[in-house]
Amino acid sequence: MPLVSIRQVVDGIYRAESRRVFATLVRMVGDFDLAEDAMQEAFAAAVERWSADGIPENPRAWLVSTGRFKAIDSIRRRESAKAGHAAILERLDQIQERNGARAAAEIEDDRLRLIFTCCHPAIAEEVQIALTLREVCGLTTEEIARAFLTSPQAMAQRLVRGKAKIRDAGIPFELPEADAMEERLDAVLAVIYLVFNEGYSPSSGVSVVRADLSAEAIRLGRLVAERLPDSETLGLLALMLLHESRRTARTDAEGGIVTLEFQDRSAWNEEAIAEGLRTVSSAFQAGPVGPYAIQAAIAAVHAEAKSAESTDWGRIVALYEILRQQFPSPVIDLNHAVALAMRDGPEAGLPAIVTLTEGKLAQYHLAHAARADLSRRMGRMAEAEASYRKALELARLEPERKYLARRIAESIGS
Amino acid sequence: MKYMLLIYGTETAIDEDERQACMVESTAVCHDLAAKGQFLGASPLHPVSTATSVRIREGRKLVTDGPFAETVEQLGGYYLIDVPNLDEAIAVASKLPPSKWGTVEIRPIYVLDDIPEPSRNEPAEAGADLRS
Repeated sequence: MPLVSIRQVVDGIYRAESRRVFATLVRMVGDFDLAEDAMQEAFAAAVERWSADGIPENPRAWLVSTGRFKAIDSIRRRESAKAGHAAILERLDQIQERNGARAAAEIEDDRLRLIFTCCHPAIAEEVQIALTLREVCGLTTEEIARAFLTSPQAMAQRLVRGKAKIRDAGIPFELPEADAMEERLDAVLAVIYLVFNEGYSPSSGVSVVRADLSAEAIRLGRLVAERLPDSETLGLLALMLLHESRRTARTDAEGGIVTLEFQDRSAWNEEAIAEGLRTVSSAFQAGPVGPYAIQAAIAAVHAEAKSAESTDWGRIVALYEILRQQFPSPVIDLNHAVALAMRDGPEAGLPAIVTLTEGKLAQYHLAHAARADLSRRMGRMAEAEASYRKALELARLEPERKYLARRIAESIGS
Repeated sequence: MKYMLLIYGTETAIDEDERQACMVESTAVCHDLAAKGQFLGASPLHPVSTATSVRIREGRKLVTDGPFAETVEQLGGYYLIDVPNLDEAIAVASKLPPSKWGTVEIRPIYVLDDIPEPSRNEPAEAGADLRS
C-alpha cells in the first residue's frame, strides 16, 4: 500500500484508538509522560512498518506491544545515563510482569482505571477534570483551556501539577477496592458528565457537537454502570443516552440549533431512547435516586411524548420540584420556571425567569434566551428582541448564536 | 513507596485515658504493619511546650523556646511506612486513632540513594557489655 494511504489508515486508527492504547500503556509502565511518548513513537513506527509489512490483524495490540518496547527502550536509555538506578530496574521488571496476557475485557477497563486515577480525591477537583479530558479523552491543552475559560499556559501548568501529584504521591493506576469505589464514584460521574457535555454542547467553537466525546462518555458510563449498578451510575447513563437520542434532531441543515419544541421527533434515535428508558427504570429500582436519575426521568418524559404540546409537563414540573429541594441551584430554578410556563402558560414562568436574568443568572445566555421565548409567546416582541440580543452577547457557541440571530430577525420582522 | 504520616491535632483534644487507649491502639497498628514488612518507624512526640527551635541567621545561632509555628493543631507524632501506593497509605492513615479527632497528613518520602541505614540506639558491643 502506498505510504500516503497507510498514513490515512494510521490517522484513522489514531483518532479511534490512541487513548485506549495510551491507557493500556499507562497501566503497563505506570507513568503518564513515558506512556504518552511511547504511544506517539508506536504510531510513528506504524506508518513505517505497516507500509512494508502490511496492516496487522489487530492494530491496537500491535501498537500496545510496540509502545511497550519503546517505553522499555527509553527506560534503558535513562538507566544507562544514570547507572544502577534501582527504581527503574524494578519498574522494568514490573513492565515485563504486567505484559502477561490479559483478558480483552480487562484491557477494555484500562480507560476506566485511568479515570479513577485522574479523579482520585488526593487531586484537586479542577485538576481531576482537566486530567481526565487530557489523558483519558485526548483533548488538547488548548481545547481544555477554552472549556475552562483559562489560558493554555495556565492549563498546561495545571496538567503538569496533576501528573506530578500522581507520580510523586504514588496514586495507583488501579480500580479502587469495592468499599472505596462508592466514595470515589461521585467525582468520576461528574467528570464523565462533563466530558459528555463537552461533546454534546461544547462551551465554545463552531460545531454544536463533538459526537466522539459524547460516545466516549457513554461508553465510560456503561463501564461504570456495569461494575457499580446503583441508581446514580444508571441514572447518568440513562441521562446521556436520552440526550444522545436527540443529537441529529437538534441541529438543522445549516448547523443551527433546533430547540426541543421544534425538533422533528421522528429523527430521534429509537434504539437509544429504548435503552435510555430501560435504564431509567433500573435506576429507580436500584435505590434512592439522586440528581442524575431525576434528570434522566425528566428526559424520559420528553422522550415518550409525541410532541411538545402532548408532553406531560405536570410530571416534569413535579420532577424539577424534587430536584430543586434536594439540590438547589439557579439553573434548576430556570428549568423549573420554563416547565411551569409550558404547563400553565408563559405568564406563569416569566416572573421567576426575570428575577434570575437580573440576578444569579445574569451572565447565562440560556436564561436570557428563555426570557425572550416567553416574551415572544406573550406577543411582547420588543422585550423579546432585547432579551435575544442580551443572550447573543453572552453566547459563545456558533450554532446557538445563529439560532439567536434568527430569532432577533423574526422579532423585528413581526 | 515510603510515606511519612504526620499526626496533627489539638494537644488538649483527648484526656489522659483516651491518650492511653490511643497508644495501645496505635501500637497494635505498628505491629500489624511490621508483620506485613511495612513498618519503618513511628513515635509520638512530647507536647510542643517541650519544643526548641534553632535557626542560623547571618552566621548567628538563634535558639528559641517553642515550635516552628504557634498553631492550634500541632505535630504530635509520626509514622514511617513502606506500602505499594497512596491508596494503601490512606488505608493505614484511616486506621490511626488520631484521624478521628485530628488530621493525618501523608507525605511521600523523597528517596536519596546514598543515605546510610539508621543507627541503633547504642553500639551492639556496648549493649552486650551492659547486659553481661
